[in-house]
Amino acid sequence: MRLKELVKKIRSKNAGPFLLTIDIFCSDKKNFETIIQNITKIAISKLYKTPKNQINIFPMKQLNIIKITIPRPNIQGSSKDRDLHGASFGIILEELKIKNALINK
Amino acid sequence: MDIKVLVPTGALGITYCKKALNNGLKEKPDIIVVDGGSTDSGPAYLGKGKSKYSRSSTKSEWRTLMVAREKLKIPLLIGSAGTCGTDKSVDWFFKITKELAKELNQNVKITLLKCSQSKKDVNKAFLRENLYPLSNAPKISSKKILNCTNIVGLAGVEQITEAINTKADIIICGRSTDASLIASLPIMNGVDKAVAWHAGKIGECGAFCTTNPKSGVILISFKKNCFFIKPVSNNTKVTPYTVSAHMVYENSDPFTLIEPGGRLDVKKAIYKKQKDGSVYVTGANWVQDYNYKIKLEGTHVVGYQSISMVLIRDESYVKNINKWSKQIKNKVKEIIENSLSWKKRSYEIQFRFIGKNATLGSLERKKLEPTEIGVLVIVTAKKQYECEEISKILNPLLLHHSIYKNKELPTFSFPLSPPSFKIGKKYEFCLNHVMSLQNPMDIFKLEKYSI
Repeated sequence: MRLKELVKKIRSKNAGPFLLTIDIFCSDKKNFETIIQNITKIAISKLYKTPKNQINIFPMKQLNIIKITIPRPNIQGSSKDRDLHGASFGIILEELKIKNALINK
Repeated sequence: MDIKVLVPTGALGITYCKKALNNGLKEKPDIIVVDGGSTDSGPAYLGKGKSKYSRSSTKSEWRTLMVAREKLKIPLLIGSAGTCGTDKSVDWFFKITKELAKELNQNVKITLLKCSQSKKDVNKAFLRENLYPLSNAPKISSKKILNCTNIVGLAGVEQITEAINTKADIIICGRSTDASLIASLPIMNGVDKAVAWHAGKIGECGAFCTTNPKSGVILISFKKNCFFIKPVSNNTKVTPYTVSAHMVYENSDPFTLIEPGGRLDVKKAIYKKQKDGSVYVTGANWVQDYNYKIKLEGTHVVGYQSISMVLIRDESYVKNINKWSKQIKNKVKEIIENSLSWKKRSYEIQFRFIGKNATLGSLERKKLEPTEIGVLVIVTAKKQYECEEISKILNPLLLHHSIYKNKELPTFSFPLSPPSFKIGKKYEFCLNHVMSLQNPMDIFKLEKYSI
């Protein structure tokens, strides 16, 4: 199963021109507890080619939302940037395969 | 005390529901507040000092708000006018407002809050070590600062309060933080700072904090220690979830919001559904800064650009697109070095493969073979004519370059004529810094007019 099929929504946005923020909206508390185990700094670092010490993960228990903030791979609108609004970075997480063992927990 | 702020839309220029606006006006708000800008659409707007939205849609949406203001005799406030909030875009917006006042036969007092910064003064602050980098800020130098095309300071509650205090009917602010537009009038009337700033963040995008973001309009009612968010359009609801989840929106930290003069902490905030359908919010904390600081945004020109577009449908070329583009790049380099004698590599050619990995580049994980590839070629150089020269050298190669030795030359598809396009100046954001100030108005200016 891919993460996309397990949660309500994944959204990526600029948080200003220099940071990128990705929000995972989980369907409920149980779902949140399962997903949060997969969202580690090591996993994010690998997927987004970002050093671990520059990654911030905010688990928001009350809302069942997981927020991930990383430096933009390229500054917004700079000549190497491919995605002005940071719109598609969430897709990398959407298409991440999650192990069955973890889903059934 | 009961202060009511009406927010008709998240941004002027993207339309809003007029019926919902009328419902909101029936609630007798004390002020109409609308945001007019953001950095989210990229550096070119600040670079040029121009608006993202069309003049006609801006004028048409502003007309409705000016009519509403005249009817209720309450102030109408716009922040970050003309997308980037430079003095030039404030003047552009002022001109639209004057045209409308004439057309609507209104006599109005207008105050402009100007936020553009002198490069020399910003450089002086840099040399005095009075500029502090924010998270992931680029490195700056005097040269970079003095080469900026535009620098703006982001106004907060202190500057907007000064503007509202002029008793103007219409207040046109340059670059301002989204939340400060909503927070100012309540704070002026004794509402707790944490409550006002919290409402500012929740209401910044209008109905984004409701179940129906498209409706645009929301009404925020303040008491000293709490606020209520009320949807004013039919078929729209607010819930503790929709309201509190907006803290996450385009914010790097969902619990903390850094603003001019301090920071908002919402870790202990409480959101409760009310019988009348509104959501009650309280419990945030405001931590006042010891040193008053203002955030700066700046853009500089890094070169000029031209683009070309060619479509590759031939299976063998789709398969070998990397080889094909590498060979073209090398050929172009050879031609440039031989025929133009440009010694330094002062240009850059990027190939983006639309249909393959143009969006995510090296982060793309899918490895499927596409049917066709749109090749977007971006040329960046120091001068526009250099971009055009390179694009013209590229063109016959994009049209006919073969990766095979003994085969007839292929021909690829150009969707447009001319096949390459001048983009003009390439702007980049180069400041993500704060400047500390003795007095909040030190680097901002007010202008008052009666029309």
